Amino acid sequence: MLYPMRQSDLFLRAVAAASALLLFSAVDAGLRARAAAPVIAQRSALVAALDLTDLALFTEARYTRHPSQADLHSAFQDHPMALEHFPTGSLVPAPIPGRPLP
Amino acid sequence: MRQFLRRQRYLIDYSLSALARRPGKHLALLLVYTLVVFLLASVMLFTQSLRREAALVLAQSPEIILQRQIAGRHDLMPAEYLDRIGRIRGVSAKYGRLWGYFYDPAVRANYTLMVPPSGSPAHGEPAPGDIVIGAGIARTRGLEVGDYLSLRSARGEPFAFRVAALLPHSTELVSTDLMLLGADDFRRFFAFPADRFTDIVLQVRNPREVRKVAEKLSLALPDTRPILREEILRTYDAVFGWRQGLVFVLMGGMVLAFVIFAWDRAAGLSGEERREIGILKSIGWETGDVLRMKFWEGAILSLTAFFLGYLLAYAHVFYLSAALFEPVLKGWAVLYPDFRPIPFVDGLQVATLFFFTVFPYTVATIVPIWRTAVTDPDAVMR
Repeated sequence: MLYPMRQSDLFLRAVAAASALLLFSAVDAGLRARAAAPVIAQRSALVAALDLTDLALFTEARYTRHPSQADLHSAFQDHPMALEHFPTGSLVPAPIPGRPLP
Repeated sequence: MRQFLRRQRYLIDYSLSALARRPGKHLALLLVYTLVVFLLASVMLFTQSLRREAALVLAQSPEIILQRQIAGRHDLMPAEYLDRIGRIRGVSAKYGRLWGYFYDPAVRANYTLMVPPSGSPAHGEPAPGDIVIGAGIARTRGLEVGDYLSLRSARGEPFAFRVAALLPHSTELVSTDLMLLGADDFRRFFAFPADRFTDIVLQVRNPREVRKVAEKLSLALPDTRPILREEILRTYDAVFGWRQGLVFVLMGGMVLAFVIFAWDRAAGLSGEERREIGILKSIGWETGDVLRMKFWEGAILSLTAFFLGYLLAYAHVFYLSAALFEPVLKGWAVLYPDFRPIPFVDGLQVATLFFFTVFPYTVATIVPIWRTAVTDPDAVMR
């Protein structure tokens, strides 16, 4: 006579399967990072060829497009009391005190 | 040992049955828990990927960029400053850069206009009237090679540029809004003074000499600000730093809400749960067994939430290009690079996420149970 599988067995098997998937994701990450090496090389080559300084992630304002080149107080450039008005400004944090500033 | 393992299996059996007795409540908790882990893990994987990529790609940016400042604001660099810099030991090349921004009212987007450095191996200066554009501009304006792009210059005259080439799609992360043009076109388009540059690039072969060169520059030209490559890299490290920027903005409130929710759920025992503990103790369970059983209840929930949340986050970031974050990152920007994050997974970060999502909940469930379990079963049942 066949007994139904115990709940603990089911759970432990599910944990084992999830752990295997987690391991698989690490292997997948390694393989994909290796496969992306030519893309990174292309991007690096363009950065070197054109003397680029920033990622083109935030293109809405000049101080978010080139955070490394912006004035230190660029968020307040329109008016000394003006608050940050671009949404990206909340993602690009203010310079950290004590660190040499860009 | 076998006895111990067998005991744990029975406890897991019992805990699973106990969880199944109140399916609605526990499923709702699992759902919220999984969502919190999913969002935390998505931000963690996404920012780590961008951070590594920025570090790898921007390692090729210029060693020193010299900006001129007037009254604390960025100003154009006089060409004579190149001569005033003179010969500094360690500097292998120095030249002016021409670049700027152009707001295109037709699509309400900002372009970065740039003149390729002369002698650039891959991208020589485009011929007069020609431009090379990034894939983002091409997509937004519907342009292909050979098409014309008409823009209004600083003097109000229309300029028609011919698209000579597109920058490779694979480089969008650094080039989506770029428009490369010739130096003469750039100066005429912006009515840019002939004796000025946007800034100056200095190449220094020996990385140990960079700081010294920057010091000499600050002394020789006190109205300038040198920006070093290491500062560019540090800027991006800070922008995408774990516990900074993105993570705090997106996560802060939500994580706190979940902590309150989980604490309330785990710390406040219902009358029914108290009675259950009383009954278990009166039929012979020891305090340790009750604690172990409740530990397993917490562990089952938090482990399931961690695995589900993390694996979904991995698929979301690296297979769906972090589609949920796009509106957040995009902000008001019209041009957004179409790119797929490269999986750079940091094992230590995954371990930290595991620790901070699984352990606190499991421990939070045990403390109130311990308080109930050490009291007299008769008193608990009443």
